[in-house]
Amino acid sequence: MPSIPASTDPTRAGAADGAPATEAVLRLSALTVAFDTPGGTVTAAREVTLAVARGECLGVVGESGAGKSQLFLAVLGLLPGNGRTQGSARFRGSELLTLEPTMLDHVRGAGIGMVFQDPMSSLTPHLQVGEQIAEVMVRHRGLSRRQARKRALELLRRVQVADPERRLRQYPHQLSGGMRQRVMIAIALSGEPQLLIADEPTTALDVTVQAQILALLAELKRERGLALVLITHDPGVVAGIADRVSVMRDGRIVETGAVGAIFRSPREPYTRKLLREARGPDLAGDAPHSSPPAPVAPGAAAALELAGVSVRYTIGRGWLGRRAKLAALSEVSLELARGEALGVVGESGCGKSTLVRAVLQLLPLHAGRVVWMGRALGGLPRSALRSLRRDLQIIFQDPFGSLDPRMTVGEIVAEPLEVHARDFTPAAHAAAVTAALSQVRLGAELSSRYPHELSGGQCQRVGIARAMILRPQLLACDEPLSALDVSTQEQILTLLGELRRASPMCLLFVSHNVALVQRLCERVLVLYLGRMMELAPAAALYSRPLHPYTRELLAAVPVPDPDIQPARLERVGRGEPPSPLTPPSGCVYRTRCPHAAAVCRERIPAWEKLPDGRYVACHRWRELG
Amino acid sequence: MNEARAPRGPGWWSDARRRLSANRAARGALALILLIALLSALAPFVSPWSYDSIDWRHLARPPGRIAAHWFGTDRLGRDLFVRTLSGVRLSLLISVLASLVSLAIGIAWGAIAGLAGARTDAWMMRFVDVLYSLPYLFIVIILTTLFERGSMGVLLLSLGAVGWLTTARIVRAETRSLRRRQFVEAARALGVPPAALLLRHIVPNLLGPVLVYATLTVPQMIVFESFLSFLGLGVQEPHASLGNLILVGAEEMESAPWMLLVPAAFLVGLLLSLNFLGDGLRDALDPREH
Repeated sequence: MPSIPASTDPTRAGAADGAPATEAVLRLSALTVAFDTPGGTVTAAREVTLAVARGECLGVVGESGAGKSQLFLAVLGLLPGNGRTQGSARFRGSELLTLEPTMLDHVRGAGIGMVFQDPMSSLTPHLQVGEQIAEVMVRHRGLSRRQARKRALELLRRVQVADPERRLRQYPHQLSGGMRQRVMIAIALSGEPQLLIADEPTTALDVTVQAQILALLAELKRERGLALVLITHDPGVVAGIADRVSVMRDGRIVETGAVGAIFRSPREPYTRKLLREARGPDLAGDAPHSSPPAPVAPGAAAALELAGVSVRYTIGRGWLGRRAKLAALSEVSLELARGEALGVVGESGCGKSTLVRAVLQLLPLHAGRVVWMGRALGGLPRSALRSLRRDLQIIFQDPFGSLDPRMTVGEIVAEPLEVHARDFTPAAHAAAVTAALSQVRLGAELSSRYPHELSGGQCQRVGIARAMILRPQLLACDEPLSALDVSTQEQILTLLGELRRASPMCLLFVSHNVALVQRLCERVLVLYLGRMMELAPAAALYSRPLHPYTRELLAAVPVPDPDIQPARLERVGRGEPPSPLTPPSGCVYRTRCPHAAAVCRERIPAWEKLPDGRYVACHRWRELG
Repeated sequence: MNEARAPRGPGWWSDARRRLSANRAARGALALILLIALLSALAPFVSPWSYDSIDWRHLARPPGRIAAHWFGTDRLGRDLFVRTLSGVRLSLLISVLASLVSLAIGIAWGAIAGLAGARTDAWMMRFVDVLYSLPYLFIVIILTTLFERGSMGVLLLSLGAVGWLTTARIVRAETRSLRRRQFVEAARALGVPPAALLLRHIVPNLLGPVLVYATLTVPQMIVFESFLSFLGLGVQEPHASLGNLILVGAEEMESAPWMLLVPAAFLVGLLLSLNFLGDGLRDALDPREH
């Protein structure tokens, strides 16, 4: 990657104002962003000074609430009515903050492109994708409808959207998340901008798609000499494509430097903390793995057993609508020993959340059975199942959504007691709540608060306290980390490890991030389109993945190391999972597999048990070595 | 059980109350509603006249002329101040009662349909659709011919029969979307039985939108009651309601405009304030909007 040499240092580029070669495309000087609120003025960014040059990528890293997004919304003139700015923001020499709204519109359309986190809410639901891309070019570049349409097709092809002719005529809801983000990038590129501002462009996406989008952004930067601002909470994302990094905290830039320097020798303690959390103890190789779990004794009765579990959803029901069956989960069989932690990984739509809900009997099985401690859950009468739920608990992805907004933290945590432990005395009840809260490191004073008064990490802790108050024997975690910042993820992960050591329980840990799963789980199951691809002890899976899909997943995990990550990004696979309504014949992975052969099309690979206790479903794993 | 719980912090409702009292339009509206309600409750004690007593010396006098009749008299010499306020009282009583009835039926029907399986849900809501498609005026006319014309019971029945349908639809849609929320799934995973799920998690979260709708139902009911009375199907002479007062006033519009203007002013004032209050409540109960 031709990285820009150190001469793009902002202070020196500033001295050469006017010289096009070194002139910064965007330069912020002492930019302060504040909001007038009923409670007084809230400052989101304080005296921020930074610059981005042509062909350069500046990574802006910080936790949520650091003011990263507000800073760049202010640059674009997109602050809400109560926002105020001070200082200067120059785009190619001209001041943006004092620009007339109509001129600003023009700059936004043609000079600066934007990509936001949530592509669904940035696209208009009732307009075809093609029209939305063309609109910008008709308005800002004076192209005719026909020309714009043609150009839109080229752009879609450029951002590597498969089957672009068809996609042009589709609506946003018909596209996958990754596809939508590509469309957003196409729209941002349609005005031929010199500057692209990407605000958490991959946070809502799977790791595989994230890697693809980042690789695309890196290519575009190189190919068009784009100045790129990449705002993210994840240092791993920045490591792959940024040339320079600014670390932001509480509205201030605490440190700016070349990506290598920041990652190798960070000066600020805050930067060091961010990096440490992003690397995690295991990836850095300096912390011991959590205590080894109870080994799976051969012949010992399994705590949880799944036999041929399949789940189907009916799509498009209604009085007149066409109905289709979607196989969300197909023939999943596995055993979990007492106290074992199993990680379940795969991209969105692979059936991992469905698996958790099938185990907990929250949705009906199409076939197969779930056996818990020797009892088949499917045939149990309702009341028996209800009392068994005491042992089977779950924590959810959305930390806010999983808590009843009308209940206080204390009431939420106490709810399991009201259902399953009605004989508790008031004193025992209160003591249990306080104990559960302190177990998740929350003070008892929080128990009178409401969820909307808490942070995401605190809400997730409340969810864990609710799940743990009855000391369950199985804790299912459905993507408990993906809605959290990297540093909060780290804390929650540590907490879950501690809880497991404190009281032995089975753990079913679902995540799309393969690297995180390894930290907590003894074995890992890889799912793709509702089918099992590989099941192996975590260490073996990471050191020697057998299934090509496992390899693809592992390769996509962002590593916060600028020496390795750019090369990793260049090797990312292409493509996304096909629609589960029309799964490929034979091996479902074959449409993306680089090693697919004729046999993969014809036969579904067997679920092979290997001598070392691993399982794999691939025709060719032996040849691939 | 209660003393075991930690003390409540700044709760949802007190939060909403604070936001509501910060809204000047809503505060003014509430004050006006309370004033009118108080006046209508006190009117019989304040004035020497009753709604059907006739003052033979003063027939059809405009307001302000005779000290004893503040808002003037109607063609029969009845005091318009007393008649209007007793009309307000009857209208408010009927509309609030009818709103409560339709709220109770609507919440129960809608929440059960929303939480039940697809089949039960479909049947319950198709029933609502069928009732919706019947022209309500026919139902009211049939009811009034079957029973005593203008009785409170019939009026309440006919107002309630129409009112609960929309409430049921709103509640059902809201329940459906709540059901997909993770905290409801969390409660199911905990083993919370369906009845408790409904009472503890669904209904409290419904109350916000439903309460807003209810405050907007009351003026609707007032209008509807006035409309029925105007047609002669509702409250009957000599009893006064805003509807039949306006009916009589409309007949005298050219010679004695105050007979129309006085009850109309009360109707408009009441409706406007109720609508302002409803808007204020909606803003107060949905803090995410702010």
